[in-house]
Amino acid sequence: MLNLLNSSVASGFAGTMSLYTLQKLFYELNRDPGVQEAFTADREALLARYRLSEEEADAVRSDDIGKLYILGVNGQILMHFAAWRGFAWDEYIQAMKDALAEHGQVRAGIYAAVDGGEGGAL
Amino acid sequence: MSLVFAGIMSHGPGMTARADRADPAVREPFYAALGRLRGALEQSRPDALIVIAAEHFANFFMNNMPAYAIGMADEYEGPIEDPEWLRIPRRTIPGASDLSRRIIEKVMEKVDVAYAEEWKFDHGIMVPLNFLTPRFDLPVIPANINCQGPPLTPLTRAYEFGRAIRAACDAVPERVALVGTGGISHWPATPNSGKINVEWDREFLERWTRNDRDALTSYTDAETLRDAGQGGFEIRTLTAVAGACEGHQGDVWFCEPIPIFATSGFVAVMDVGSAAEAKAA
Repeated sequence: MLNLLNSSVASGFAGTMSLYTLQKLFYELNRDPGVQEAFTADREALLARYRLSEEEADAVRSDDIGKLYILGVNGQILMHFAAWRGFAWDEYIQAMKDALAEHGQVRAGIYAAVDGGEGGAL
Repeated sequence: MSLVFAGIMSHGPGMTARADRADPAVREPFYAALGRLRGALEQSRPDALIVIAAEHFANFFMNNMPAYAIGMADEYEGPIEDPEWLRIPRRTIPGASDLSRRIIEKVMEKVDVAYAEEWKFDHGIMVPLNFLTPRFDLPVIPANINCQGPPLTPLTRAYEFGRAIRAACDAVPERVALVGTGGISHWPATPNSGKINVEWDREFLERWTRNDRDALTSYTDAETLRDAGQGGFEIRTLTAVAGACEGHQGDVWFCEPIPIFATSGFVAVMDVGSAAEAKAA
């Protein structure tokens, strides 16, 4: 049932369950100041509450917005998170462009890059 | 009374967050059109404003995603985003729970709609309110169509949702205004943010203004994704407004691409075709 969440799923070992969980983490973080406080106080402790793949957890640990985008985190969820982490608009767009060049196309979901990630308003 | 006003507009967060980076030659006429929309809304003397929006995982997640939801609270809070980023201060927005409840009950006769007594507004509602009710003093009834997490409701159902809202508005004594917000073509929150297919936008608005149900609902999601990006799925909100004004035509007041806002800035209104509107004018 969970594969309905993603139109194309090629995320390999982690499958869609942990991408779902990863997005749930950001959903809760984006809307709940209590979760934001927990994230700021002890990110590892918060991460332990979510069953993520190592690749996903590493991306959260390092505020790797570009990698999170490639992993298939919904763009709207990620945009809010990037803003909260203090990414300026151009930094946020550039992080996705850089990650696309490094890791290749978005692995799941509906936010895949088009035109090779070229263009856009910076 | 009836539906007294119906309009649509874009809601990209850039409209407030990055306002200073838009070309003034396009931005100022766009803001002027939004000012005109605000004037027309005020002139209709609404008791409440229904905003049909496409929220972005602010309230509804894939653990339990309603295709359609309507708020039923006496107050809402927003924006959910960092207020300094969006450049709209966080505040409480008045709701109208009793009116919401009566509208929801009526809509339920045609559409299985979820109700929500808690709702945090994201840019999809806060940006339109910032331009249309800048004092945030008009009671708002938020309505949401899932445009983010497939499977998505078919366009024909979005049109029916609008028809059901119209029937509900006609059944209550209050004067109700309706605004639909969403992007037309756009690729937001991707490396391509700023890509806009303005021909597609104008064609969509042309179908919208003549309220051609068959043409409005003929896009497949695959075609929309290809030609209008994943952001194009938000046409559901605009299509619902057309449904609410079935049998009547509209007028486009503005539509120009504004890449730093990630969409075309657009403003359009529909003739609601009611006695109430004629009286207001």
